[in-house]
Amino acid sequence: MGGFPILSVMLAVPLIGAIACLFLDAKAARMVALLATLVNLALGIVLWANYDIGGAQWQFREYHEVFSGFAYALGIDGIALMLIMLSVFLMPICIGASWEAITHRVGEYMAAFLLMEVLMIGVFAAQDIFLFYILFEAGLIPMYLIIGVWGGQNRIYAAYKFFLYTLLGSVLMLIAMLWMVNEAGTTYIPYLQEYDFPIDAQTWLWLAFFASFAVKMPMWPVHTWLPDAHVQAPTAGSVILAGVLLKLGGYGFIRFSLPMFPDASADFGWLVWGLSMVAVVLTSLIALVQADMKKLIAYSSVAHMAIVTVGLFAFNVQGLEGAMMIMLGHGLVSGALFLCVGVIYDRLHTREISRYGGLAINMPAYATLFLLFTMASIGLPGTSNFVGEFLALAGIYQVNSWVAFVCTTGIILGAAYMLYLYRRVVFGIQTNEDAAAMPDLSTREYLLLGPIAAAVLWMGVYPESFLAPMRADIQLLDTRLAAAAPESDAQFAIGEGAPPVEEHAVGEVH
Amino acid sequence: MDYATSLGLLAPELVLALSGLVLLLVAAWGGDESARVNSIAGAIALGGAFALSLSAVVDGASGLDTFAFFGQFRADAFAGLAKLMIFASSIAVLMIAPRYFERIGAMRAEFPVLVVFAALGMAIMVSAGDLLSLYIGLELNSLAAYVLASILRDEERSAEAGLKYFVLGALASGILLFGISLTYGFAGTTNYTGIAVAVADGLSTGQLFGLTFVLAGLAFKISAAPFHMWTPDVYEGAPTPVTAFFASAPKVAAIALLARVSLEAFGTQADAWRQIVIFAALLSIVIGALGAIGQDNVKRLLAYSSINNVGFILIGLAAGTVGGASAMMVYLVIYVVMTLGSFVAVLLMRDAEGRPVEGVSDLAGLSTTRPVLAWCLLALMFSLAGIPPLFGFWGKFVVFQAAVQADLIALAAIGIAASVIGAFYYIKIVKVMFFDDPVDTVKGESDVPHWVLLGLCALFVSPLGYLLIAPLDNVADLAAASLAVIP
Repeated sequence: MGGFPILSVMLAVPLIGAIACLFLDAKAARMVALLATLVNLALGIVLWANYDIGGAQWQFREYHEVFSGFAYALGIDGIALMLIMLSVFLMPICIGASWEAITHRVGEYMAAFLLMEVLMIGVFAAQDIFLFYILFEAGLIPMYLIIGVWGGQNRIYAAYKFFLYTLLGSVLMLIAMLWMVNEAGTTYIPYLQEYDFPIDAQTWLWLAFFASFAVKMPMWPVHTWLPDAHVQAPTAGSVILAGVLLKLGGYGFIRFSLPMFPDASADFGWLVWGLSMVAVVLTSLIALVQADMKKLIAYSSVAHMAIVTVGLFAFNVQGLEGAMMIMLGHGLVSGALFLCVGVIYDRLHTREISRYGGLAINMPAYATLFLLFTMASIGLPGTSNFVGEFLALAGIYQVNSWVAFVCTTGIILGAAYMLYLYRRVVFGIQTNEDAAAMPDLSTREYLLLGPIAAAVLWMGVYPESFLAPMRADIQLLDTRLAAAAPESDAQFAIGEGAPPVEEHAVGEVH
Repeated sequence: MDYATSLGLLAPELVLALSGLVLLLVAAWGGDESARVNSIAGAIALGGAFALSLSAVVDGASGLDTFAFFGQFRADAFAGLAKLMIFASSIAVLMIAPRYFERIGAMRAEFPVLVVFAALGMAIMVSAGDLLSLYIGLELNSLAAYVLASILRDEERSAEAGLKYFVLGALASGILLFGISLTYGFAGTTNYTGIAVAVADGLSTGQLFGLTFVLAGLAFKISAAPFHMWTPDVYEGAPTPVTAFFASAPKVAAIALLARVSLEAFGTQADAWRQIVIFAALLSIVIGALGAIGQDNVKRLLAYSSINNVGFILIGLAAGTVGGASAMMVYLVIYVVMTLGSFVAVLLMRDAEGRPVEGVSDLAGLSTTRPVLAWCLLALMFSLAGIPPLFGFWGKFVVFQAAVQADLIALAAIGIAASVIGAFYYIKIVKVMFFDDPVDTVKGESDVPHWVLLGLCALFVSPLGYLLIAPLDNVADLAAASLAVIP
């Protein structure tokens, strides 16, 4: 690519679009927003095409000392590349999803979304720890407005909860970052990743970062902001939340917690496993009894994210690759599921499951696509989530078969709540007349769901396209973790009485 | 040291003193018709003083060359930077006040004179190298401020604010003076350098008492908890331009003064005052945050917000290092801009008849009725809450960085966690403006100077402010380095 600062351009395009949208009327703002996101998608494709697999670890680097105290440093590895691709792929879809649903204050709405895109790309591309923090935190402002201004009935409570929860999570991380920079003498993330922090300090640093990423992830028991935020946010807001914002937590673990504090990560593996096991089972069961479609999908997100954390803290290549694949797959699938909910919400203005039923009769195309995404969410082979879940669970199985066992039940429970949802909404008798009268997908909705469906199948059938750019980086991370990785429990498992799962989770301190 | 050199170092103060006296005569003979002219002349005099203080800041003046009158007075970079902030906010107040007072028919010719004298007092405060010159500056500023608070003679709230300010301020001055006399009794001198020598081997009980009373008196002036009680009442009662003045310039002066006393006179005994400062800092953060939650008056809310911010500034002081002093100055610069911006926004809130509107609930739906004002306030509120990418974040960032570098990690962690409580009421204002249905109370026409000032402040706290980090850090470092004694 020569010296072309493509990452900066990808930040500038939506930023300019956002500023323009503030001054434009509804119609023009929609066009500008769509144009900006499509340009960024094109730039993202160029970025991927030019990414040199097997080349340098950090590519497309930019470094400018414009601020004192931290630098404007950008650069991506394969992991960041994939997450940036996810963001730029979902953004035009979000704009499209809001095309008709948002009718008041369109300019400001589009501006907030474009700003979110800037911040998300920035977070994934930032190579300076403080630049990362600033962009990471800045996302609170547009998201607060998106939920609060354009959200549903109970939007104000949800907006507060989202804002304060995530803020409380991340301020402690800032203190940890300040300490690290003071200790290591650099703000450059690649250097910090190679710096060996003292073991006793790692514990505190890890906990501070964990406080932030666990909330973003979100992990049980700090997940409670998510269902509220999801339910109240407009459809596109939910897509962005589930699709990309939740990935910030996982990305944070991969970029910071694991490589920077490998020993502490290993020490706290039991904590993450324990919380994840509870999350998988508990939130799946909660999802099973939801009457609100969005809430159901929100809880299912928590369960999926728990498998991500288990994969991350398996300390082996399969686990890490699996975690990344779930993040990508879940970003697509949960985004698509929220869109599916949005499609029927736009028609009937309710998310209550019991208000629908028998949609397969009047909306066959919708039913087909919804089925695809339902199956993908369950993790059917041939879809994106299967690859990720299989790898992640295979990874954790090598380390701790009990954790693997409990987490695998999540797949079964996932099938239960998703199929139950699908049956109630799409199959059965048409008891509600207004639901029965709903028209099938419009062209716009085809254009929204079609690309995601294609991507989901691509990722399921040929995951190598997505794994290849990340392979070297994950290998590197695995090497970094190798010394600290916990021993496998395989040799101890044989012949021992099975301890109760929860006790095992709490009691096993390495 | 001859007197000519000393007087040369006093140039900004001399300009202010002389022009203050001339303006007083003009006001006395010209009556209230001369108010406009007086305001402009006052602003020009302050501008002159600003220009005269500039060189010390840029050059990083420090050392014996900056000592005037045998160490009674110092014109170093630290004082210079504080003076720039003081003069700039005084000019801003002179810019915004006339329109406000004219609207209610209460513009008086003595208003600019009082502002000039208050600024003079503050300049002496920050330059004082001796506890007695400190006291003279403080009283000059305070006496002018008491009158300013009650300048609306016919209004009950204004008179009440003035009286409260006077009674409690006098009490604080008494405490301060008591501390000064104790320090003098046990250290044998009132000069900072002399005190630093006297306490170098540790504090005697008498000196410790002196230090404590001095700090208590100064905590009063900067409205740090637990001496903050006067702040909400005075801020609410005083006319809004005067409140903007109180929240900016005297805060800078008192904080700079506190830093100088702590770091220069008692710099070797940092452990003795650090716990007091930490206590006041954390209490201010928490009380400032909790107190603001229930407020419906924007000015009261901003009063609590200023208490909250003082807490963060004190964290920088608690570090007790050059870095901490530099962080304080950076925070102060950002704080002054955010505060002025917020109060200008309050000034812009007027109902259809032009009467000031001060309720938080009157802001409801402002984003649809007055979008520009709402967006500016949004930027200011998120900035005050310290949410990046707004510039207010950088102020918090540097003070916490200083605390971490001084190994006060627990303080930093508790302080920043408590800042989340504060975020609640800032985002509440945003919620009222953006999420609630419009009430359309704020519809009065507004004045150009106010818009200009608000625009400048909003621009400063926007992410563009980050481009100023390098020069800001530079002057703050020079200023901090010029403080004479820091271990």
